[in-house]
Amino acid sequence: MPFKDYLRKRFFPHIWCPGCGHGIVLGCLLRAIEQLAIGKNDVVMVSGIGCSSRICGYVDFHTLHTLHGRALAFATGVKMSVPRLNVIVPMGDGDALAIGGNHFIHAARRNIAMTAIVMNNRTYGMTGGQYSPLSCHGDFATNAPYGNIDHDFDVVELARAAGATFVARSTTFHARQTTEIIRKAIAHPGFAVVEVLSQCPTYYGRKNKQGGAAEMMEWYRDNTTPVGSKAKQQNPTLIERGIFVQDAGKPEYCCEYKKLVERARRGAS
Amino acid sequence: MSAGLKFVQGNEACVEAALYAGLQFYAGYPITPSSEIAEHLAVRLPRVGGTFLQLEDEIASICAIIGASLTGCKVMTATSGPGFSLMQEGLGYAIMAEIPCVIVNVMRGGPSTGLPTCPSQGDICQARWGAHGDHAIIALTASTLQDVFEITVHAFNTAETYRTPVILLLDEVVGHMREKLVVPEAGAIATVDRLKTSLKLGMDYHPYLPREDGRLPMSDFGGQHRYNVTGLFHDMWGFPTQEPSMVHGLLRHLVDKIANNADSICRYKEYYLEDAHIVLISYGGSARSALHVVENRRVRGERLGLLELQTIWPFPYSVVESKCANARYIVVVEMNMGQVTRAVKRAVAHPDRVVLANRIDGVFITPTDIRNILRLIQGKGV
Repeated sequence: MPFKDYLRKRFFPHIWCPGCGHGIVLGCLLRAIEQLAIGKNDVVMVSGIGCSSRICGYVDFHTLHTLHGRALAFATGVKMSVPRLNVIVPMGDGDALAIGGNHFIHAARRNIAMTAIVMNNRTYGMTGGQYSPLSCHGDFATNAPYGNIDHDFDVVELARAAGATFVARSTTFHARQTTEIIRKAIAHPGFAVVEVLSQCPTYYGRKNKQGGAAEMMEWYRDNTTPVGSKAKQQNPTLIERGIFVQDAGKPEYCCEYKKLVERARRGAS
Repeated sequence: MSAGLKFVQGNEACVEAALYAGLQFYAGYPITPSSEIAEHLAVRLPRVGGTFLQLEDEIASICAIIGASLTGCKVMTATSGPGFSLMQEGLGYAIMAEIPCVIVNVMRGGPSTGLPTCPSQGDICQARWGAHGDHAIIALTASTLQDVFEITVHAFNTAETYRTPVILLLDEVVGHMREKLVVPEAGAIATVDRLKTSLKLGMDYHPYLPREDGRLPMSDFGGQHRYNVTGLFHDMWGFPTQEPSMVHGLLRHLVDKIANNADSICRYKEYYLEDAHIVLISYGGSARSALHVVENRRVRGERLGLLELQTIWPFPYSVVESKCANARYIVVVEMNMGQVTRAVKRAVAHPDRVVLANRIDGVFITPTDIRNILRLIQGKGV
């Protein structure tokens, strides 16, 4: 099915600002689903609250637009009830890692088979550009006029440490790589985390004098490097992108629960 | 558990009833005094192919049961005051998105961590107004294990019928008390299955278009009809809207579907009310002490009666009004600072005749406590 057929076209134009990276992430996601030839009825998309969460409204899947930070918890209920469904959870950086941080690490720990996509624009866009747990030390935001004194999470390291069995990072500049990574993430039999650096020219770009969308994407081009590259050794400030963890060996949660049910039934009979 | 006579704990009676009603999915977080509900379900649910999960907190628990309910499962979570506070945002979501679920709150002393192992009935008003925004809510309670069983089944039936969360307010005494329970044969108590859409694939399904009777046929999430579910105000397809007439219509629907059916939701028990001069009104564990006093005084020829509420919300205003019409005094027996008393005063013709008999020190209210209040009313002194 052409990826455009996955869209609920009647809701366009979308609400995202001109130059926002989230539309690119949506395009990559739908191309990945197209490549995997997954039917519309076999995908459940669960989102939280924020700019990222509005992605749910535009796709013709089973869509569940939930509470801020809680998307993975709702998704856990759906996935455990109907394990055959492909559960995809797009989240923003504040959504996934501030208010939803606890659900994020515990979903990773359980290794429940779903795809968490962190659309990282390093800000809270929907509420007007406040600093998020992925805003960098020294960044400016509408409520960090003197510079942000918080330090940011490294999503890749956090997900790895929490037990996610597929961990990757890409950017909106590297759209083909993003599609490829999301495709592998959806096909992965465990909890998959994909961080996509996604520009917010309206707030993050403006407050941090990064220019417009094109300049921000060029920054992604110039300041990222493939994981394990020589460039990273020469310049440690570069951000690595690619697949960091891919382990199909760790038992998956729904499968483990199925075995638990079999044990319980044997014990009862 | 097979049908027949059992000697069990209140929390276990709740578990038995939930399974009887068709519970398929439970998620929760450990908290006293509700933990036995989780422990028993951890044993029982997998045996019937159901799902038992312990999640990272109560927020995740209520969110997970909402997700599971959407796929067609009958769902429940259980907690106590602090966990119930955390569940309020999920509760509001279930109200807005019209998702059936049962939330058991085995009440303990509060506020905050309060008295984890002591009885209280302090969450009555939180059950009513804990979630933000205008809304209607259903909250039920029970005083004996047999009633815990029947009311728990009623909670599931009501949640499914009206597509709404139902709160089951037990208290520490009822939850931990052991007494006899007769588990009925399958089918002896009617259970309500989810109303599902009969629309076939390809037909335009409107998940949020109520039938004439106000009910909404559901399509299992992940099934043949794709639709959107949101906590935003939404149209009949489930997509967000700010259109004033739709916002107004949805809020009215959410409130009216419960307000207009208050009589069918309402459950109560009455003892010796026909000629009672003094009417005691109570519920949950407190009603046991109230009934003891009433029966004791009846033996001595005093005209006391008891109205035991099993549906707290929507509050049975007309029942309370009519049962108290001839009462000289109305004594509300509860373990809080008058949360039901306030509703009773609104219901009756003479609010000045309503007296509160309570205990708020973490000790179960006894017949003596109630007798002392009665003596004061009767001018006899303590």
